Amino acid sequence: MLFVVGVTHHTAPLEWREKLALSADALPAFSEQVTILPGLQELAILNTCNRIEFYGVASDPAALDALRDTFCAHQGIDSAAFDAMELRHTGAAVIHHLTAVSSGLESQLIGENEIFGQVKDAYANAQTTGKVGPILHKVFQKTFQAAKQVRTHTAISEGQVSIANVAVDLATSIFGDLSDARILLAGAGDIGEQSAKAFRSRGATALTVTSRTMDNAMTLAESLDGVALPFDKLPHHLAEFDIIVCATAAPGAILTRDALTVAMRKRPAAPLFLIDLALPRDIDPSTAEIDNVYLYNLDDLAKISNGNRAARVAETEKARQLISEKAATLWESLSRRKSSPLSRASRRS
Amino acid sequence: MTDREWIWIAAACYLAGVVIGTVALIRARKQPAGLIYGIIVAGFIFHTLGLYLRGLEVKGCPLGNMFEIFQFTAWSATALYLVVGITFRLSLLGYFTSLLSVVLSTVSLAIPVWDATRRVGTFGGNVWIEFHAALALFSYGVFALLALTSMMFLLRDHSLKNKQLSGFFSFLPSIRDLDQISVRLLTVGVVLLSASLLVGAAHWIRAFDTVNVAKLLITVAIWVAYGVAFLLRSRGKLHGTRLSWVCIILFGAALISVYPVNSSRHGDEASKPTLPSQL
Repeated sequence: MLFVVGVTHHTAPLEWREKLALSADALPAFSEQVTILPGLQELAILNTCNRIEFYGVASDPAALDALRDTFCAHQGIDSAAFDAMELRHTGAAVIHHLTAVSSGLESQLIGENEIFGQVKDAYANAQTTGKVGPILHKVFQKTFQAAKQVRTHTAISEGQVSIANVAVDLATSIFGDLSDARILLAGAGDIGEQSAKAFRSRGATALTVTSRTMDNAMTLAESLDGVALPFDKLPHHLAEFDIIVCATAAPGAILTRDALTVAMRKRPAAPLFLIDLALPRDIDPSTAEIDNVYLYNLDDLAKISNGNRAARVAETEKARQLISEKAATLWESLSRRKSSPLSRASRRS
Repeated sequence: MTDREWIWIAAACYLAGVVIGTVALIRARKQPAGLIYGIIVAGFIFHTLGLYLRGLEVKGCPLGNMFEIFQFTAWSATALYLVVGITFRLSLLGYFTSLLSVVLSTVSLAIPVWDATRRVGTFGGNVWIEFHAALALFSYGVFALLALTSMMFLLRDHSLKNKQLSGFFSFLPSIRDLDQISVRLLTVGVVLLSASLLVGAAHWIRAFDTVNVAKLLITVAIWVAYGVAFLLRSRGKLHGTRLSWVCIILFGAALISVYPVNSSRHGDEASKPTLPSQL
């Protein structure tokens, strides 16, 4: 019998998922512990911040309860509490679920790509511990193919949904390749740091940090492998940057139209991308009227993010249809294998 | 098959590129760049064949009437796109190039009077004058492509300024890429047109009487306008949306100027032999 047992963000709140998550250190020991459960033939454990799921093949349905009890005992929680949050599927529904998970359809952020790597890791770990047999091998391999097709043939992964990544996408619409774009981060807070990291992840290398507190600027600059600029020197260096991310806690605008007009005279043909992530706003809104200046504030970025999110949601029905077709085909192929435990279970039922 | 029939087939290929590109845009899907490029290559081959046959018929570069001038301009723009498009991976430029080629080809094919008279040996056997004319029209092809990239720049600027980034706008290249391509095209166009005028001037000095003053003034005015735009861009005085508008308007003016230039030339060359129309 092919099965999945677990808990996900759909069924359990964060405080429960915290209790249920297996630490990286505990995972190998737990795997060893469940290996000897009677009737459990194959097992792969998907352990992320949003889900703990056990995919397996069992010759006896009692093995599922034994697995659940062993896990609850390991985590020190009551089995009854687990039952209240439990997700459990058997047969074709397992393939459907795993494909939906791998495609990002079951993720909190629909269409996100990280989950695909996490499922691959879960499969690789199970292979290492020798708990992957012919059934799980085929299920995972075919699921990876199906998930790739779902992402390719639908738009569930298109468009960025995090504010930082939306800003980076916009920057590529202006500059194309970001490797030579000079970026200034004004403000040493979390949101600015996230944006800077997002730029770094997309190839940006020239990063400068400025903050009203120079120590904070230097600390953040060091962690981002950038350089720090004294805040009072900012007006003299504005023209040197292609992208300026403002996220300070200043009570008023730190970049005025006059200052930016002067800066643009020094670089008239080069575009300037201004990202204002601060509340109250750091950049005078009228700067958007300057030729070659593109200004986006928090609301603008949120609107784009929400639009992309809605577009992804709109694609889920199409993705689910595709997944159903793929899962049905795979299940049929698995059930045809006469020697497999799945076909034996099918015949019994 | 006649030259015009080959050119009709070429126009049909370009139209197929436009239809495929439009369907992709309506469905908010990426342009099938490889397919459109392949279709444009096919169209270009048929176009070349058509113009080659016409060249054999008129015993020279086919630039003797409005039809031939429009066709040569469309052919030049397409030839350049085949290089630029693959170098800069501009799939949407392929769509716009197809559109431009369809418009230029179909309009000139659809107006019979433009091809009613075909002049044999328009350039009187003078290869330098023929080279001058071909170079000038090839530069017009470059300016046609420049007008397209300028239009794409304006669309991209509009989308970014107005926060309209989804659908069609999401497939446009970046502002900086478009600016760089436009500057290169402007440079190439100005160099080609200057070279053309230089070659023409060498002939003009030797045979002052043979040159129509109206044609000379219009051509020089176009050259000066593009030259000034190039100089201003080099000095950072003209850029962004203003440069884009200038390039579009100048190409419009260049296209319109073809008619008086062609008419004035035919006025001078009325004595040259003509072929009966095969429309």
